[in-house]
Amino acid sequence: MHNLTIAELIKGLQSKQFSSVELTQHFLDRIGSLNPAYNAVITVTAEQALKAAAAADERLAGGNAPALCGVPILHKDIFCTNGVRTSCGSKMLDNFIPPYNATVVENFETAGAVVLGKTNMDEFAMGSSNETSFYGPVQNPWDTDCVPGGSSGGSAAAVAARLAPGATATDTGGSIRQPAALCGITGLKPTYGRVSRWGMIAFASSLDQGGPMARTAEDCAIMLSCMASFDDKDSTCIDREVPDYSATLGQDIKGLRIGVPSEYFSEGLDPGTEKAVRAALAEFEAQGAELVEISLPNTGLSVPAYYVIAPAEASANLSRFDGVKYGYRCEDPKDLQDLYSRTRAEGFGEEVQRRILIGTYCLSAGYYEAYYGKAQQVRKLIQQDFEKAFESVDVIMGPTCPSPAFKFGSKGDDPVAMYLEDIYTIATNLAGLPGMSVPCGMVDDKPVGLQIIGNYFAEARMLNVAHQYQQATDWHDLAPQGVAS
Amino acid sequence: MSWDTVIGLEVHVQLATKTKIFSGASTEFGAEPNTQACAIDLAMPGTLPVLNKQAVHYAVMFGLAIDAEIGKESAFERKNYFYPDLPKGYQTTQLEKPIVGRGNVEIELADGRKKNIRIHHAHLEEDAGKSLHEGDFRHGVSGIDLNRAGTPLIEIVSEPDMSNAEEAIAFAKKLHSIVTSIGICDGEMSQGSMRFDVNVSVKQSGSDTLGTRTETKNLNSFKFMEECIAKEVERQIDLIEDGGTVLQETRLYNGDTKVARSMRSKEEANDYRYFPCPDLLPVIVTDETIEELRRNLPELPDARQARFVEQYSLSVYDASVLSSDAGMSAYFEIAAEKSGNAKLAANWTMGELAARLNNEDTSIANSPVSAEQLGGLVARIADNSISGKMAKEVFEGIWAGEGSADEIIEARGLKQVSDSGALEQMVADVLAANQAMVEDYINTDEAKRKKKLGGFMGQIMKASKGQANPQQVNQILAQKLNELL
Repeated sequence: MHNLTIAELIKGLQSKQFSSVELTQHFLDRIGSLNPAYNAVITVTAEQALKAAAAADERLAGGNAPALCGVPILHKDIFCTNGVRTSCGSKMLDNFIPPYNATVVENFETAGAVVLGKTNMDEFAMGSSNETSFYGPVQNPWDTDCVPGGSSGGSAAAVAARLAPGATATDTGGSIRQPAALCGITGLKPTYGRVSRWGMIAFASSLDQGGPMARTAEDCAIMLSCMASFDDKDSTCIDREVPDYSATLGQDIKGLRIGVPSEYFSEGLDPGTEKAVRAALAEFEAQGAELVEISLPNTGLSVPAYYVIAPAEASANLSRFDGVKYGYRCEDPKDLQDLYSRTRAEGFGEEVQRRILIGTYCLSAGYYEAYYGKAQQVRKLIQQDFEKAFESVDVIMGPTCPSPAFKFGSKGDDPVAMYLEDIYTIATNLAGLPGMSVPCGMVDDKPVGLQIIGNYFAEARMLNVAHQYQQATDWHDLAPQGVAS
Repeated sequence: MSWDTVIGLEVHVQLATKTKIFSGASTEFGAEPNTQACAIDLAMPGTLPVLNKQAVHYAVMFGLAIDAEIGKESAFERKNYFYPDLPKGYQTTQLEKPIVGRGNVEIELADGRKKNIRIHHAHLEEDAGKSLHEGDFRHGVSGIDLNRAGTPLIEIVSEPDMSNAEEAIAFAKKLHSIVTSIGICDGEMSQGSMRFDVNVSVKQSGSDTLGTRTETKNLNSFKFMEECIAKEVERQIDLIEDGGTVLQETRLYNGDTKVARSMRSKEEANDYRYFPCPDLLPVIVTDETIEELRRNLPELPDARQARFVEQYSLSVYDASVLSSDAGMSAYFEIAAEKSGNAKLAANWTMGELAARLNNEDTSIANSPVSAEQLGGLVARIADNSISGKMAKEVFEGIWAGEGSADEIIEARGLKQVSDSGALEQMVADVLAANQAMVEDYINTDEAKRKKKLGGFMGQIMKASKGQANPQQVNQILAQKLNELL
C-alpha cells in the first residue's frame, strides 16, 4: 500500500480495496519500524490517527466523503496542531502545545486527511541540511550518511521512505524544493499569499510559504487544492479562487516556452547534476516545448540579500520566545535580564542565534540603510529580472540545487557554504514566485531535482508541466533501497 | 538671567473601538487580568495580526478634525524591545508613513488670547500590557496583565510650540475635547484613555538655540501635568544657573507623592531597530472613505461653542465651558430642550451638577441625574413652581433616585403657592397676628421702612412652610402695608 500514490490511495479507499484504518495502521507500523533509521518523524499521533481513520471510514461508507478522506499525511512540525506538541524543531518549544490549529491543518482536516504525526525540521526552519534540529538530524533514505536537505528534511525523508504518501512543508529560501530534490520527491512552493500562514510559526514572514510534498506532481496537485485557501486571519493571504489543480493536469505542452537562465548553469554546478537537468530539458523539447536562453542577471545577489532580509525579520519574529509566556524558561532566573539572556541562550541552537544576531545587526542604527535598505533594493531588482523573463517565457527551469545530497558535517563549519546550497531557490522567495522541484535523474545513486519556476499563481501550469514530464519518465518512481518492499 | 520654556507634547489616545487593533479581543476596561487577551495578544507562535478598520477610521477622523494631511498609504513598522508586558518583543506602530500628517490645533488662553499649536503627525499603534510590581507582586515577582495589550492608540506628536504650563494644559484639554467630541476616545483619564508625555527644555530668553530637553512620560491628569512642568522647568533652570547641564533623559513623575525622577538616560535608550512589519499590508485610505468620514464627522468643539452662543444666547464663557466637553454639551442640549430655558439649564449643568459630579469624582456619563431629569427640574424653576432653594432640595432627591422633579415636588408637597387669593389671606393673617410689628413699621422713617419688610417676609415664608412665591408675597405685603399708612 505504501507504494501507492495519493491519487491511487483515494481510488483504493473509495472502492473499498482497503479501509483507512488498515492504511493508517500500515503507515504507523512503517513509522514504528523504519523511522528510527531516519528520524524523520518526531511526534506520532497514533491514537488520534486511528480515531480519525475510523471516522473517515464511516464517511467513506456514507458515500459523500471529501477529497482526501482517509488518506494519511504528516505535518511539518512548524504547523500548529491543536493539542499536539508543535516544537518547530527547537528546545524553545519542546513543551509547547498550541490550543489552535494552523489554517493548513484545518484545511486538511476538512478534506478528511488523517494526520499520522509531525515531521522533523531544521530549528525554526533555519538550515539546509536538517542538522540544526533539537531532535537530531534526519537521515537521507537514499544514503543515511547524507543529509536530506532542509529545512523540511523530515517531511521529504518521510515521503521518500514511504512513511506517508504526502506531507506538508514550508519554504522560506528553498526549504521545500531543496529537500525534495535531495530526497528524490516532488515538492511545490506556491506563490506567496496562496497558502495561509496562520498558525505556521514564522521564520521570515515576507518569504515563508507553505506547500505540499509528495512523490508525484499529481499528488501535489491534489494536496494543494485543499491546502490553499483565502484566509482572513492572514493579511498577506490573497483573495483569489483556488482552482482544482488536478483538473488541468492532462494538457499537452506543445509550444510551451521554457526559459533556461544561463546564471543557473554556471560555476559551482555539479557536472552530474547539470547533465541530469539538461536531459530533462531535452525531454521537454521532445514533447514539443521550446527552450529559450534567458538571463536573470541579479541571481548572484539573491543569497546576500536573503541573508539580510530573512534574519532581520527572524530577529523580530523570534523575540516572543522570551521565557515569559510559554515555551522554555531557564532555571532560577535572578532578574529579568538573566531570564531573557539565559532562556534564549539555552533555548535556541547555534544557527538560530547566529541569524538573530545577523538580523539584529542589520537593523541597528547606522547599519539599516547599508544592509536592510540595500537588500530591499536588490529584492526589487530580482523581481524585475523575473518580470522581464516572464514576458517571453511560460516557465523557467534549471537545477534545484548545485549538487546532490552531501555528507553530514561536510558544511557544518562553514555557514556560507551551507547558505549557497539555496542559490537557485532563494530568488523565487524574494520575488514571491511559485517554484517546484521534480526528480530528474540520479548521480552516484543520489537523486537530482529539476526546478520549475512559474509566474505568479501559475501553479496549475507548473503542475501540469511536471505531470507531463512524469508521464514520460520514471525518476519519481524510484525508491531508496529497502523502502519499497 | 531670564529663561524661556519650550514644551512639546506626545499624547497617547486610546481609541474607543470595541475590539483590539490587531485581534478580536474586547478592549473593555476593568476586566479580571488576562481575561481579555487572545492568542494574538499573547503572541502565541504562528498567530498573525489583522488590522481593525474602525481604528483606521478613527485615526482619519482625528486627522480631519485638526485639518491635517491624511496619509492615503500609511504603513506599520515593528519597534523592537524586550519587556514582559510587550508579548511579541516588538510594538507594531507607524514611523515613516503615519496615517495623519501635519495639522493644527488652536488653543484659547485665560486672557482670551488664541494660539496655534502645530501637530507634527499622529500615528496608529498598539498599546502594551501592564506590569504590576506592587500589592501581591513584590520580592522579585511581577505580575503581567495583558488585557490592555493591543488596545488601539493614536499617538499625537506636537511641535514644541508651547511656552508655559498654561499653554500645555490648554492644548491637552483641547485635544481631550476634540477626541471626545468626535467620539473616538472615551476621554476617561483616570483609566488611562489619554496619557501625556511632556518634553520640556529651557533656553535663555530670546535665544534661537533650543536647550537640551527631557521627556516625562505617562502623565494621566491635567493637574499632574501642570505640577510636573513647573517642577521640571524649575529643576532645569536651577541646574543651569548652578553651572550644571541638563541631560537628555526620560523621566517619571509620581502625582501622588509629587516626586519626579530620572528613568533612563539617552545612553541607556534602546535602539528600536524599526523596520516595516511584513505581516501587514500598507493601509490604503481612499478619497471616498475620507470624504464619507468628513461628511459624517461630529461637530467640533469650536463650532459647537459658536452655535451655543447663537442658538441658546449663552455668553461666550458659558458656551466655551459647556462645549469643551462632549458629554456635557450633549447633556446640556437635552436639559435645555426639556426645560425650555437654556440659560437656566446652562447654569444648573455647569453649577450644581458639575460641582456635585466633581465632589463624587464621577463623570457626566455616569451622572445619577439624567439630562431629562435636570431639564424637568429647571422647567419647574422657570415656571415658578418651586423656588431656587427648594430646587436644590429637589435636585438632591433626584440624585438619590427618588424620581423626577415633578414626582418629588408632589411627594414632598413642595409646590410653590402662587395663587394670589391664598397669598393675600396669608399676608393678612400674619399682619393681624403681629400688630406690634405693624405699628413699628408705620412709625418708622420712610427711608428705613424697607428694611423692616424682611421680618414680615420671614413670618410669611415660615407660615407657608417655604412654599409661598416670594416675589408675589413681597408685592402683596408692600401693597397691604402701604394701605395702612
